[in-house]
Amino acid sequence: MKTSISATVNGKPVQASVEPRTSLADLLREELRLTATHLGCEQGVCGACTVLIDGQPARACIALAVSIDGSDIRTLEGLDQDPLMLTLKAAFHDKHGLQCGFCTPGMLISAWDLLRRKPDLSAAEIRVAISGNLCRCTGYQGIVRSIQSAAQNWASKANLTQEQA
Amino acid sequence: MKPAPFTYHRAASIDDAIAHLQGADAIVRPLAGGQSLVPMLNLRLAPADKLVDLSGIHALRQTEERPDCIRYGALTTHAAFEDRLVPDASNGLMPFVGSQIAYRAIRTRGTIGGAVALADPAADWLTTIIALDAEVALVGPNGRRAMAGTDFALGPYMTAIEDAELIEFIAVPLRPAGERWGHYKVARKTGEYADSMAIALIDTARGKARLVLGATDGAPLVLEKSAREIVAGNTGDGLAAVIRQELADSGRDFSPEKLLLHCTTAIRAVANSEKR
Repeated sequence: MKTSISATVNGKPVQASVEPRTSLADLLREELRLTATHLGCEQGVCGACTVLIDGQPARACIALAVSIDGSDIRTLEGLDQDPLMLTLKAAFHDKHGLQCGFCTPGMLISAWDLLRRKPDLSAAEIRVAISGNLCRCTGYQGIVRSIQSAAQNWASKANLTQEQA
Repeated sequence: MKPAPFTYHRAASIDDAIAHLQGADAIVRPLAGGQSLVPMLNLRLAPADKLVDLSGIHALRQTEERPDCIRYGALTTHAAFEDRLVPDASNGLMPFVGSQIAYRAIRTRGTIGGAVALADPAADWLTTIIALDAEVALVGPNGRRAMAGTDFALGPYMTAIEDAELIEFIAVPLRPAGERWGHYKVARKTGEYADSMAIALIDTARGKARLVLGATDGAPLVLEKSAREIVAGNTGDGLAAVIRQELADSGRDFSPEKLLLHCTTAIRAVANSEKR
């Protein structure tokens, strides 16, 4: 039996009819065709499906679509104009933060949330903070450097804005 | 993998949830944050005919400060402890524990009530609330009851929760300001379930100590004899020998490697309490 839900996805109201067993990730990918959200392990371990639910990072593979009724969902597509996300993407490009790119959407969402909460972390602390996002290509070196670089660029942008104000 | 089909009810209140959890031969499970249950549904390890979603029940999200304790609603998330969005009864132990469960994207959804109800021996909250001498408050078809964490945890994934009962809140006594806590966890990877974990609470001024070992193959072990030795001033190798003996006498079937691991974890938790 399908259940009707309504939610906001990337700022737009969405109505959908879902089976209770449908994950948020499947709703996003199969129904809404938002395929930046990748599905790896489907058991909450790999982090590729990380999205924002009501502004908080969460695993879309272990959130039931039916349970997010009334929530505000944001995927990587919904952050394509976001200044912090643009800074992160540029840093991932500069510092070789990706190879195959499968983990990248989840990595970017986790890094985005991390820099908003804790903009001033050491490389070791970043490593712990992204331990819930598995990458099988880079050995994480480039990813950690990318996040550090984005943090520096973001801080200098913030300083510049403050000086101008 | 995808879960097998099930039906779903979003409970509007505690009474509504209990009503939907009751009756029939069907397997009905309450859904809190879903960070353990949904992976188990996806892997088809946990059968369910129906889920009763508790996330809409406002009463289960409340925190209440009382003169002698703080009542944390069952749906308080790990992240709420980590971010100190709820008051702390534990001199910083609960915020610390909340900050190192799994990963941030799990902590924003996973709840203390859900974790305690599942009673995974290798998870964090059950050992923590037993160390803190907390009470688990249950509500069900026959009304309300509360019990000590030690009476609640019966074994691996086994608790005193009866049919259609829910955890309403966890009541953590306000720990004395002079009490120091030490925590130590061995896990193969950051954010993984523990191979061993221990929490020591030591109050030298009041002459009290508590030492609890988790991630055993059963309910957390309260090491009372070792705690008395800590109060008596025993440290180092002498204390390690007492802990080792108490673990060996506990009736659990520890291999020599596990015995060494758990003993080391307990000793390090005691040592960490010195640093606070």
